[in-house]
Amino acid sequence: MKSLAELQAIREKMQNKVVLREGSGNLRVVVGMATCGIAAGARPVLNTFVEEVANSGLADKVTVTQTGCIGICQFEPVVEVYEAGKEKVTYVKMTAEKAKEVVEKHLKGGQVIEEYAIKNI
Amino acid sequence: MKELSLNILDIAKNSVKAGATEITVALTETGDALDIEIADNGCGMKPDFLAAVTDPFTTTRTTRSVGLGIPFFKMESEMTGGTFRIESTHEEDDPVSHGTVIGATFMKGHIDFIPLGDVISTVTVLIQGDDQIRWVFRHRVGEKEVFLDTDELKAVLGDVPLSEPEVVAWIGDYLKEQYEDAGLPVPASGV
Repeated sequence: MKSLAELQAIREKMQNKVVLREGSGNLRVVVGMATCGIAAGARPVLNTFVEEVANSGLADKVTVTQTGCIGICQFEPVVEVYEAGKEKVTYVKMTAEKAKEVVEKHLKGGQVIEEYAIKNI
Repeated sequence: MKELSLNILDIAKNSVKAGATEITVALTETGDALDIEIADNGCGMKPDFLAAVTDPFTTTRTTRSVGLGIPFFKMESEMTGGTFRIESTHEEDDPVSHGTVIGATFMKGHIDFIPLGDVISTVTVLIQGDDQIRWVFRHRVGEKEVFLDTDELKAVLGDVPLSEPEVVAWIGDYLKEQYEDAGLPVPASGV
């Protein structure tokens, strides 16, 4: 059974890391979580980003956040990737599988997956 | 929506948008009925706005920020023979006690009943999205209960945010084990 003591252990482990991390992240992944996004399947997409970013050891570099309707409901689930000094990348019609690929190729490897992205949004 | 847990996610996001500092998601199963209630202490709605939010066709542009979420939820309960309810007090009408309570009852045996789905995932996504809010989650099935209050977790975590991926993962496992220990089926996604 999970206990609060286990959470205490996570706290002790994370405390130093979290202080270090503040302000150091330069990549931001934003998942649209309004009615349109949720109905189209944004929940597993968001979950995959949160899990994969943690599993790939990218937590120091990447923050995953949620937002409302981005305005292109027909392309949901929509995911935006912001990187300091670079143009925003908008991924559309995302799935959990595509999200894994984006973590691996784009967030980790620095390679935008053009096939899943749309221009000028 | 493919799962009622997605409606819960959607409706609770309205509470977040309403500036709530405390949001409670309560599921109560009694016999064939499943009751879902989302209660917040956000800014609330004025009576005329409240009257319009359940009808997608009378929703004007100014009320469009609420969107189709509430009409969907209402329709999905009513098509199982269940009922929908909404109460709200705007902060200007009562500066002390304001907020919104949305609830719906679903008849599980009805052919049009949409399964609850992965409600654990809904809770972790909500906490990950807004970790400054006090989230309370309660799922009662008869005498059995699964319960989570993020204030209890915050007391242990101190300045480590609830939205830390490792903490979010722990919350998911914590809920999963509560379902197992209570002898309840672990919520999972059918899609």
